[in-house]
Amino acid sequence: MAGSDALYGLGLDTTKIETMYYYMVLSRALDERMWILNRQGKSAFVISCQGQEGAQVGVASALDPTVDWVAPYYRDLGIVLYFGMTPREIMLGQLAKADDPSSGGRQMPSHYGHKERHVLTGSSPVATQVPHAAGIALAFKIRKEAAVAMTSLGEGSTNQGEFHEALNFAAVHRLPLIVVVENNGFAISVPQSKEMVVADVAAKAAGYGMPGIVVQGSDPLGVHQATLEARKRALKGEGPTLIEIKTHRYTPHSSDDDDRAYKTREQLKAEKEDDAIVLFRQWMMDQKLWDDERDQALRQRVRHEVDDATDYAEAAPYPDPKTLWDHVYHS
Amino acid sequence: MAVMTYLEAIRETLRQELRRDDRIIVYGEDVGVRGGVFRVTEGLQAEFGEERVIDSPLAEAAIIGTAIGAAVNGLRPVPEIQFSDFIFPAINQIVQEAARIRYRSNGAFGVPMVIRAPFGGGVHGALYHSQSVEAFFAHVPGLKVVIPSTPYDAKGLLASAIQDEDPVLYFEHKAAYRSLKGEVPDERYLIPIGKADLKRPGKHVSIITYGLMVSYALKAAEVLDKEGISVEILDLRSIRPLDVEAILETAKKTGKVLMVHEDNLTGGIGGEVSALIAEHALFYLDAPIVRLAGPDVPAMPYSPPLEHAFMVTPEKITEAARKLAKF
Ligand SMILES: Cc1ncc(C[n+]2csc(CCOP(=O)(O)OP(=O)(O)O)c2C)c(N)n1
Ligand SMILES: [Mg+2]
Repeated sequence: MAGSDALYGLGLDTTKIETMYYYMVLSRALDERMWILNRQGKSAFVISCQGQEGAQVGVASALDPTVDWVAPYYRDLGIVLYFGMTPREIMLGQLAKADDPSSGGRQMPSHYGHKERHVLTGSSPVATQVPHAAGIALAFKIRKEAAVAMTSLGEGSTNQGEFHEALNFAAVHRLPLIVVVENNGFAISVPQSKEMVVADVAAKAAGYGMPGIVVQGSDPLGVHQATLEARKRALKGEGPTLIEIKTHRYTPHSSDDDDRAYKTREQLKAEKEDDAIVLFRQWMMDQKLWDDERDQALRQRVRHEVDDATDYAEAAPYPDPKTLWDHVYHS
Repeated sequence: MAVMTYLEAIRETLRQELRRDDRIIVYGEDVGVRGGVFRVTEGLQAEFGEERVIDSPLAEAAIIGTAIGAAVNGLRPVPEIQFSDFIFPAINQIVQEAARIRYRSNGAFGVPMVIRAPFGGGVHGALYHSQSVEAFFAHVPGLKVVIPSTPYDAKGLLASAIQDEDPVLYFEHKAAYRSLKGEVPDERYLIPIGKADLKRPGKHVSIITYGLMVSYALKAAEVLDKEGISVEILDLRSIRPLDVEAILETAKKTGKVLMVHEDNLTGGIGGEVSALIAEHALFYLDAPIVRLAGPDVPAMPYSPPLEHAFMVTPEKITEAARKLAKF
């Protein structure tokens, strides 16, 4: 295998490439299992990363989980896994068990949070995390730490005032912040054309005097590179960057939605032709970095991890009803 | 007359009102093609077009702020907030603007607008899809807050709210949407805002409540009836303005008041109702007023045991009313 440092000039070795692929496959497989649990009546709610794994892993792989912080949103399974949340932890959250590290089963599934892994707890009202991430970046700047904050959200959510207020604040104070917009073309049923007039969310950055960059979610290496550059700028004190990733949502908005009313099956089929997982694997094979045998082995390992996580979480206890009263305030 | 769900009653009223008055517009997130995430507005865009049933961008402050502007310029907007939990980005517009515009302009401007929003829990909605937010708004003079408890009331109160010259918040319990059914007349009718409804006369205990909890209280009353405890139920229907007369009347009649709501205990409507009774009917009481409400924790958790521990249920109401009757 060619362990080429020159791959795309990114300084990526083969291990890193394989790691990226692994996290994409793992995210998809965990997500698929969540839907099965939902259909079995074991999990009341699913909201998916499917279609956005390349975007998420492309971003996360360019960050440094040992120092950087992320304030992700509900689709970001790929990001939180890359930052070290385990499949077992994910499934504990999906099944609302007591040991769910995100919220002890209090929040809906996919409302991730993990202090040790530098994943900020997130809520449901969209875009509230953007000013939080700017504040995390502000603290890094004041303490002169070499670290960045990354926050992500959907394109529809960029219409909220908090998104704009946070971008402006971060730009004025040249904060080490990366704002990632995962543009899957829809806010639930509302197509981008009814959410905004601009073709690129990245155009919104210009109003705040910061760079706005467009990359494709089906090209994780392109996403990785854009994120690396944004991180470099941030660490040099040059301020925030807005990265828009064009991506797709392969599932309905959530398990409570039915997307057939607003997305044709032809469109969905076309979107699936642009699947980062498929395209990345093909690229790895073309580069002679990967083959069928290794793919089988990896998929088996992932299946095993997903099975293990599911079994573990199913056997885990629910929270005690008495804990309803815990953590309203500091003890 | 047709039997309808609570949800259908709201939809059919919107349809009837949109047909009746072309100043009415309906808008919000996903209300058009998708017909709303709960399907309340299903079919309305097809019938009335994209100019009157509008899919708006995802921005509640803009939804309510533009509704205020449209209202002062002659339209009758009926914006939808997808979940009442997401009304907070618009709170500045509702509280600082809509509520105060008539007063601050010395009567020159008014905001005839109805904000519809689903609320309430017990539907695995967790912290941010379960909240009861009515008390925040009931605190604000200039706003009206209605919470129907039956399909019949849903229609009459919505028509009144739309006809009202002032901003009205109209809260719909999610668990009521499909579980509550009832007869709804075809023709338009109005239920005055601020008039409570005596759902059931009784002798021993008065339960004062609103919204979904009315149906829960009725269940509790049936159980207690078999035990010889006669329960009176007053459905407030509107929590601002409150029907003070009806509240005092039932308190004086039974002398024992149980106030029930799913909203948090502290600062909830129960406190206001209790104060009114304490001020005006104290010497008629045979027992301290009891409040049964959502616990004072920041929101309803998702995990089933925690959600159950939070929810006010027919069983908890039965228990509280039984205890009060025996006082
Ligand atoms: C303030 C607020 N309003 C409404 C909602 C309900 N809601 C949840 S997700 C969503 C659409 C989000 O679309 P987008 O930002 O494009 O993200 P996507 O789900 O497509 O990834 C809406 C309207 C919410 N969560 N928060
Ligand atoms: Mg989107």
